[in-house]
Amino acid sequence: MKITKEEVEKVAHLARLNLSAEELETMTTQLDTILSYVAKLEELDTTGVQAMTHAFSESNAFREDKVTASLAREEALANGPSQNGEAFVVPRII
Amino acid sequence: MNPYELTIAEATKQLAARSLSSRELTESCLERIEAVDTKVKAFLVVNAEQALSQADEADKIRACGEAKPLCGIPLSLKDLLCTKGVATTCGSRMLENFIPPYDATVVEKLKGQGAVLLGKVAMDEFAMGSTSESCAFRVPENPWKLGFVSGGSSGGSAASVAALECLASLGSDTGGSIRQPASLCGIVGMKPTYGLVSRYGLVAFASSLDQIGPLTRDVTDCALMMNAISGYDAKDSTSVRQETPDFTASLSKGLQGMRVGVPREYFGEGLDPEVRAVVIHGIEVLRDAGAEIIEVSLPRTDYCVAVYYLIATAEASSNLARYDGVSYGFRDMEVKSLMEMYKETRSQGFGAEVKRRILIGTYALSAGYYDAYYKKASQVRTLILNDFNRAFEQCDVLISPVVPTPAWKIGEKADNPLAMYLSDVLTISANLAGIPGISVPGGFSREGLPIGIQLQGAHFREDSLFKVAYNLERGLKLPPQRPGISGA
Repeated sequence: MKITKEEVEKVAHLARLNLSAEELETMTTQLDTILSYVAKLEELDTTGVQAMTHAFSESNAFREDKVTASLAREEALANGPSQNGEAFVVPRII
Repeated sequence: MNPYELTIAEATKQLAARSLSSRELTESCLERIEAVDTKVKAFLVVNAEQALSQADEADKIRACGEAKPLCGIPLSLKDLLCTKGVATTCGSRMLENFIPPYDATVVEKLKGQGAVLLGKVAMDEFAMGSTSESCAFRVPENPWKLGFVSGGSSGGSAASVAALECLASLGSDTGGSIRQPASLCGIVGMKPTYGLVSRYGLVAFASSLDQIGPLTRDVTDCALMMNAISGYDAKDSTSVRQETPDFTASLSKGLQGMRVGVPREYFGEGLDPEVRAVVIHGIEVLRDAGAEIIEVSLPRTDYCVAVYYLIATAEASSNLARYDGVSYGFRDMEVKSLMEMYKETRSQGFGAEVKRRILIGTYALSAGYYDAYYKKASQVRTLILNDFNRAFEQCDVLISPVVPTPAWKIGEKADNPLAMYLSDVLTISANLAGIPGISVPGGFSREGLPIGIQLQGAHFREDSLFKVAYNLERGLKLPPQRPGISGA
């Protein structure tokens, strides 16, 4: 076994997902199959090999620090599931 | 011939000669959609009114003699490209009601050309899938055989072009999502070099792999679309600063001096004999056109799927963390605590495939597993890029199949994620290496399903791809493709 039900539950919490008992069962089996498959990478010796993060090593793309037009507040809020005209509203945090 | 059957190049000629108006062309496409889309199920939304007003505007611009190459051409867009004021769902319940306040750069470019945007087409949820079956709203079907998959994740794009509902489409390709559906639907699809096309306004899946590209009826149209969408964009930090060539300049006869590599690992076990035969025939066509054929090796091919499903899922788990129910998208309004709001919003908003990939990605990045999974995969990715670099020292272009088999029945692989992932084995390496690839129609199976041929090139050598693709298309002499849009 590459991954247990308990581990899947922990990962689901980290990813902010709730899984039903049935989902947890299926996901554990499927994740185990997938992780067993990707374990084939262990066959390759990668000692001293640089990790690749992007196709090109572009340096940081900086722009001039200049104020330009941005979305109007109304437009920025328009897609909010809950908003009061000034800000997004969420359940009480503190 | 009905206007909707025209290629972009043909339509442009008629538009320029005033023998056809963009309104007539657009009406023709809208009627075609009306007639066949209940079967093909490509479109999530058709914006007829907007399309017709864009067509009228295009006709006016043309009357003034200022028409750009795509002026008045009706297109469809994969529903992960932000369109100002038009819902952009990404095939997910999570974004069902999301109305972007801005256009993606590529959409802006198409509008700037005077193109007509017919509507948004179906796709796998968040572009995660190989069949478009994970779309939360409707599953497009293969116009060559209903009940068979159109491919994915840009399945709606491919189906809409193949079914002659639009002249071309834009899709995105993270592991084959343009080339694979293009192959399964018998059209042309290109994944450009990483950084060539701006991704500003593309809903992100895996940022080191995603590229936007065209799906078209032929190679010439593909070059025309690439001319329109390529170029540096300050709004995308991975956009590459360089002049965009005129890709149509590469569309010329003859392949003398061109070296075409045949990667032996792409012809291994699991390759359908009919697919193999089509590609072998394609190789002969290129030889006849003057190309030198060389056998090459990409020794780490067998590890690409494993690398991809760690890197793509890791990046996805990070990118999709933004769907928290706060500023846009779905939110469960019932829950009382912030933590439950996050969890219920995400659990109800995402489908099974998206959750599966978020879980794998979160696991691969989590403490204690990072080195064994994500870091290891990133190192093997370097080895895969090295393999390609070595191959491109010996040849200009690689030829191979796109998908190991023709299209399969809807539902056939839906319960086996790993089997589905393995069907991407021939396309994902291009994304890992950041190189360009194109799928060109190669022929048909006995069952009448299309089979594509893939060409891959070195970074920014789209010119070589277009040259070889154009000669392949000419040499194969396939008749204009007119799918029956009927079942088995």
